[in-house]
Amino acid sequence: MVKVKLWGSLRQFADDQDWVDVDASNFKELLDQLSQQHPALRPQIERGVSLAVDGVIYRNAWFTQINDENEIVLMPYMVGG
Amino acid sequence: MALDTAKRDFKIVGTRVPRPDGIDKVTGKAAYGADITATGMLHGRILRSPHAHARIISVDTSAAEAAEGVKAIVTSADFATPDDAGIRDIRDNCLALNKVLYDGHAIAAVAATSKSAAKAAIRLIRVEYEILPHVTDVDAAMKPDAPIVQSGRAFENVPVGMSQNVHSHVEFGHGDLDAGFANADKIIERTFKTAATHQGYIEPQACMANLGADGRGELWCCTQGQYMVRENCAAILGIEASQLRVTSSEIGGGFGGKTTTFIEPVALALSRKSGKPVKIVMTREEVFRATGPTVSTSMDVKIGMTNAGRITAARAELRYQGGAFPNHTVEFGAQAAFAAYDLAAVQTLGWGVMTNRPKEVAYRAPGAPTAIYAVESVVDELCQQLDLDPLDVRLLNAARKGTLSAYGQTFNEIGLVATLEAAKNHPHYTAPLGENQGRGLSCGFWFNFGGNTCVSLNLNSDGTVGVVEGNPDIGGSRASISMMAAEELGIPYDKVRTVIADTTSLGFNDVTDGSRVTFAVGLATIEAARAAKNEMCARVAKLWGIDSDAVLWEDGCVKPAGPNAGDHAPMSIADIAAIADETGGPIAGHHEVNADGAGVSFGVHLVDTEVDPETGATTILRYTVFQDAGKAVHPDYVEGQMQGGAVQGIGWALNEEYIYGDDGLLQNASLLDYRVPVASDLPNIETVILEIPNPGHPYGVRGVGETPIVPPLAAISNAVSRAAGIRLTELPMSPPRILHAITQRRDG
Repeated sequence: MVKVKLWGSLRQFADDQDWVDVDASNFKELLDQLSQQHPALRPQIERGVSLAVDGVIYRNAWFTQINDENEIVLMPYMVGG
Repeated sequence: MALDTAKRDFKIVGTRVPRPDGIDKVTGKAAYGADITATGMLHGRILRSPHAHARIISVDTSAAEAAEGVKAIVTSADFATPDDAGIRDIRDNCLALNKVLYDGHAIAAVAATSKSAAKAAIRLIRVEYEILPHVTDVDAAMKPDAPIVQSGRAFENVPVGMSQNVHSHVEFGHGDLDAGFANADKIIERTFKTAATHQGYIEPQACMANLGADGRGELWCCTQGQYMVRENCAAILGIEASQLRVTSSEIGGGFGGKTTTFIEPVALALSRKSGKPVKIVMTREEVFRATGPTVSTSMDVKIGMTNAGRITAARAELRYQGGAFPNHTVEFGAQAAFAAYDLAAVQTLGWGVMTNRPKEVAYRAPGAPTAIYAVESVVDELCQQLDLDPLDVRLLNAARKGTLSAYGQTFNEIGLVATLEAAKNHPHYTAPLGENQGRGLSCGFWFNFGGNTCVSLNLNSDGTVGVVEGNPDIGGSRASISMMAAEELGIPYDKVRTVIADTTSLGFNDVTDGSRVTFAVGLATIEAARAAKNEMCARVAKLWGIDSDAVLWEDGCVKPAGPNAGDHAPMSIADIAAIADETGGPIAGHHEVNADGAGVSFGVHLVDTEVDPETGATTILRYTVFQDAGKAVHPDYVEGQMQGGAVQGIGWALNEEYIYGDDGLLQNASLLDYRVPVASDLPNIETVILEIPNPGHPYGVRGVGETPIVPPLAAISNAVSRAAGIRLTELPMSPPRILHAITQRRDG
């Protein structure tokens, strides 16, 4: 079980929680579980999210390994110019 | 991919080798988008809306079709329906579907045998409009009774009851704001506004398309991402990606503005209909009216500080308009706003808003410069009112390793404190100032990322090396990629040539954006070179009849690993290449990756200005940029990025703005009326590169392209405010605006 931090405006879609517990060992499982446990998060997940794991930001990296010792933070999908 | 653990003495990386594109560019040999031609080519021209907002009742093209030289006319009816909502918006921006959403919105296009015939035919197209009310200001667009730009586009995160122009909402932060503000000795709350600005690239968009009725085609265009163009165009034209080959031309600047498509699907549709190659070159007026500027904003910032300079709480509310379609830019402004600070209580709210303006496109570090402008202005004003040194206050509150960032993650190793200390120790910071002069500073931040990247490295029979990569070179990447290949292989820089592939020659590459190319393509190049080295070692070991672990790579040669490996003369790359046919065939290395580990980036800008109290004109006296670049592969290019960001920021801060009239029409769609800085406006921009290795790259490289445009707005505003003796809260700080502020101060 890992703890995932949501950004503020996502709280309303996850029972007003800042942190949610998810049974996942990688990025893909985390997204699937979040969508299943909190269906209201699905539109944002489908639009795209990034994941910060111990301070490193990942985009679309489904097989990124995570465990309960990692700091895991959901972020908007990163773009640039 | 982690930083190499072994200490490395770089031989090529870090030097200032000649740029490979320099001679071509100064002699006119370089082929830009408009330089591409084809036999039998037609010229395309686009009809654009003269209204800010109108329903299209009908489009009658009959007279234009009958005109001499006209071979094809297309409208949105010639496009397919992409599955992806974002690409559907791009399609509807390329040719309006049933409403024109801003002044300059494309409606129809003509292909004719000459430019003049195409221009004349455009005038013969009859469009019947139902004029609709319009809105171009972000605050006005958020009002409940504002004209609605598009209905039903709000994301689920927008509270019920808001204007339908509000399409998105975000919130970031942590801690107890009320308690934080209660602990403050001084609280300042201000409202700021910034105008939309254009990326201002020298080269207008241009392309040449050749698409057959069988759906197979070629497209040449100036773009930051040929693969992105292929994906967009294939979806919009309803063809398979494999059937469209896109080749990027040399590019005359992008800065984020060429990360989407405007004219390419139109040219392809005209070509498919006419059966001829079709070329479209935008005019500068079209670039202003119909390509994407950045957002314009309205922002509230409130910060509390103790008398000793510690920030106790901070809050920002950002309202960004990005034109007539939803976008995500406010998300990045909201995350970046307070990234430079270690805060116990912080909250940032963001609202994305639609208006009757062109569809916003990224502009270096999209969303960050404006948000940080507002935050850094309030921090500076607190320093003034509490009589504190602004650099000491930044250092006191600086984010560092272990800081919980305002946007959620805990920072690893970051270079902000080192960058601030470099600024504090620089002679610029203590240089004397004269009358009507002021000094300003600001921190800046950007995330950076890596992304999808493919590299192929090929050993030629003469021992030279070709590197094929898939990202248009907008900031010197061909040089830096060649340098990293040469460094890794131990051969001279001039023995490597890097070229940009078309979309059929490599796998998918993300756009050249996000400060990603030197980081990600460099990483892939190093891995490709290592793969080629492994192959060369294996072949030489076989030739010598020893195990491959009994050889090593050193100084560009394969050598015996030790005395037990036998007495063999080292073999150079040229030696190995010469016998490649006999030892197994061509030697190459490849690497394909979705790169992560780019590492966030911080910079600090220091600027001195002088304000003429009689005219309100500002002179930039001195400007110094400090930035953590990780390992600077080619310092000239790194300095160029830092200087370029500062210069674009000077334009943004002092003069550049999209000006709309009450009629909703853009009033300054030319470089005569939209004032970008020229050389005579600028001092030498001094640069200080800090090389704090990025742990996510084998050489420690960090992206540098976007952070330099983040601090200038605030740094200049702080300098001007101190010079003028009054706090400025709106950009651009054009002479009339400054003069008005000075007059107000004098009048009390």
